[in-house]
Amino acid sequence: MNLATFWFILIAILWAGYFVLEGFDFGVGILLPFVGRDDAERRVMINTIGPVWDGNEVWLLTAGGATFAAFPLWYASLFSGFYLALLLILAALIVRGVCFEFRSKVDSPRWRANWDRAIFAGSALPALLWGVAFANIVRGVPLNAAHVYTGNLLTLLNWYGLLGGLVTLSLFTLHGANFLSLRTSGELRRRARRAATSAALAAIPLAAVFLAVTQYSHGKPATDITAALAAVALIGGAAAAARGREGWAFAGTAVTMVLAVATLFGDLYPNVLPSSTSAAYSLTVNNASSAHYTLVVMSWVAIIFTPVVLGYQGWTYWVFRKRLTSSDIPAVGQASKTAEPAGGRP
Amino acid sequence: MTVLELSRWQFGITTVYHFIFVPLTLSLSYLVAIMQTLWRVKKDDVYLRMTKFFGKIFLINFAVGVVTGIVQEFQFGMNWSDYSRFVGNVFGAPLAMEALLTFFLESTFIGLWVFGWNKLPPRLHLATIWLTAIGTSLSAFFILAANSWMQHPVGYRVDPATHRVVLTSIWAVLTNSTVLAAWPHVLFAAFMVAGAVLIAAGAWHLARGSGSKVFRRAMRLGLTVTLVAGIGAAVTGDVQARLMDSQQPMKMAAAEALYNTSADASFSLFTIGSLNGSKELWSIRVPYLLSLIATLNPHGTVQGINNVERAYDKKYGPGSYKPVIPVTYWSFRLMAGLGSLAALLAAIGLWLTRRGRAPRSRWFYRAALWGLPLPYLGIAMGWIFTEMGRQPWTVFGLLTTAKSVSPGVTASSVIISMTVFTLLYAALAGIAWWLTVRHVKAGAPAEAGQPGAPEPLPAFQY
Repeated sequence: MNLATFWFILIAILWAGYFVLEGFDFGVGILLPFVGRDDAERRVMINTIGPVWDGNEVWLLTAGGATFAAFPLWYASLFSGFYLALLLILAALIVRGVCFEFRSKVDSPRWRANWDRAIFAGSALPALLWGVAFANIVRGVPLNAAHVYTGNLLTLLNWYGLLGGLVTLSLFTLHGANFLSLRTSGELRRRARRAATSAALAAIPLAAVFLAVTQYSHGKPATDITAALAAVALIGGAAAAARGREGWAFAGTAVTMVLAVATLFGDLYPNVLPSSTSAAYSLTVNNASSAHYTLVVMSWVAIIFTPVVLGYQGWTYWVFRKRLTSSDIPAVGQASKTAEPAGGRP
Repeated sequence: MTVLELSRWQFGITTVYHFIFVPLTLSLSYLVAIMQTLWRVKKDDVYLRMTKFFGKIFLINFAVGVVTGIVQEFQFGMNWSDYSRFVGNVFGAPLAMEALLTFFLESTFIGLWVFGWNKLPPRLHLATIWLTAIGTSLSAFFILAANSWMQHPVGYRVDPATHRVVLTSIWAVLTNSTVLAAWPHVLFAAFMVAGAVLIAAGAWHLARGSGSKVFRRAMRLGLTVTLVAGIGAAVTGDVQARLMDSQQPMKMAAAEALYNTSADASFSLFTIGSLNGSKELWSIRVPYLLSLIATLNPHGTVQGINNVERAYDKKYGPGSYKPVIPVTYWSFRLMAGLGSLAALLAAIGLWLTRRGRAPRSRWFYRAALWGLPLPYLGIAMGWIFTEMGRQPWTVFGLLTTAKSVSPGVTASSVIISMTVFTLLYAALAGIAWWLTVRHVKAGAPAEAGQPGAPEPLPAFQY
């Protein structure tokens, strides 16, 4: 295995990590208006992901940075080609990120309701668009001889891309429901479990059709196995959710994400961005990668620091493992209550 | 406008905006860590109240810095894909290191700090804010290493087959003299922002008599930080000037609008008239100062724009290698002038508040409030100077800006993205400002034992 292939695998791992982690916090955001009945419940939901969502999003930034360093041509063609789709994702991530921070800074139902709507939209839009993006990467996009994308936003919104989008949307929702039922208790936990069942009813057929179509057009024997295992993990996760085995359910959807990403990247290899214009114009692991020395440097950095990052990020989940309920919420506004009057001359 | 011009405007808008929030993140993280440490060491509740009060300002600001930072990483590929293709081998490495080594550190430990008040042992909780602070300044180092490589490329060779740069020494990139000077300069400038925030918040309350020990201490700390950081920024900026003179002589000449190579070059504080090399109408000049800044010798020779231009015509082929002179000329003066003014005000403030004195003059408090924008504007001017002064290059001597832009992206796409970012950012700025002002006006949390006193909260912060 050469270093370029090693980095292709590493980037696949970063995306898998991103989908497993940000997947559930997208899911919690999507479920916010459906599972949380009142402000207190919605606060509980947001606080389950409060300490971790930002760290989860860094997986995306690291995947982006790693692609830039290890496959500059892939980064350049992909990011400039998917320009408007990425703009939508960026706008959604910006809005969503500040929502969490700003929502409870003002004690007003209307203020909070507005931020709640924004959290829903800011979570649902990227959840859909990441699927659209990855389906199109596997399917191939129009690239010219200079590897420059020649399509537009509508090129990406083909039926296969949209199907991929619905798969990630429903999978992340299911994953988020499983996470919520693990991290909450009481009525909220019961509702999260019911939401998991509904999401599974959408996710299972969508994912099955998507994986079948993908394997039919782009499949290989090895990825047929990962695709089949992904389906098993998904069904197993959904069954566990229905039986109230919350830990297994969450593990099931997490494994589904990992295997689905493995399937897509496996189908893609050795391409990184296939050209639908001509196979000769495709970007591959070899023609898109950085030179050997850069890959060596980055490999050492990754080998040394990835375990450290995984260690402290994993520890965070351990620190915040306790279930949350509405009764844990301090009296509204207590955090910002002040004894010093702001009066005086203006 | 062309895709190139639109993309440049978008990059300018998003970057200057992003860097409104970054300096406060860089500096206030350390000051909050120091406040919390003092609370732990001295067992004095005033420091805890300061920690909570300024911690909240830090978090509002941090959130906007984080989300606007995502755009920064993506838009190299989106708008500058030919640049990305050309530099990826070298430039991508510090960017990826920044994400893996520092973004994870900041984002994970800030989460632990915010939500961990009564979940973690006190010492460990204190460590989380220090780790966040260290993460932010290391992050600044990596991105400045990447930027410094654009100003002064080192540790690379150009691949004859692909005509793209290839990394030959990561050590050279990370120890580039340009970044070793830029990093402390940016950090010092950043601390001036935190200083100004502490001063303004303190002044607002002290002027109204609602200022407790919290704001008195905050104000004194802010004044000290601003003065010390101001001196540090001046000293490091001075070191940068000499590097600039040897590495980017055009930028040095453009900073003064000096058209012809001169010894004993003076520095103009202010000029009326066009800066196109024709006779100026009026100016205030400090004799020998430009020579002194650029060469450490009052009689030293500073190259002029026309002379550098001729040399570049020979070296890089015929063309124009001048940046936009009025922009570099004025941004350089405003950077140095606004920074110096902030430091001067801080020195006066320290004198007036010495040994527990509380100035009665309204002018003192007005100056403290109006001093807030000074370091912000100074920093924006600094970035505009250093980036505009590098033009027409993105990578000095290797790649022009015109050849960096994405070939496949249409003008309409960039108009859409620029509009979205500008409107979104304007809204965010408005909300963040409103929330911060509201928080400052509400005052510091009450003393322990009083109603509303800060108490350890469960894992509910949002």
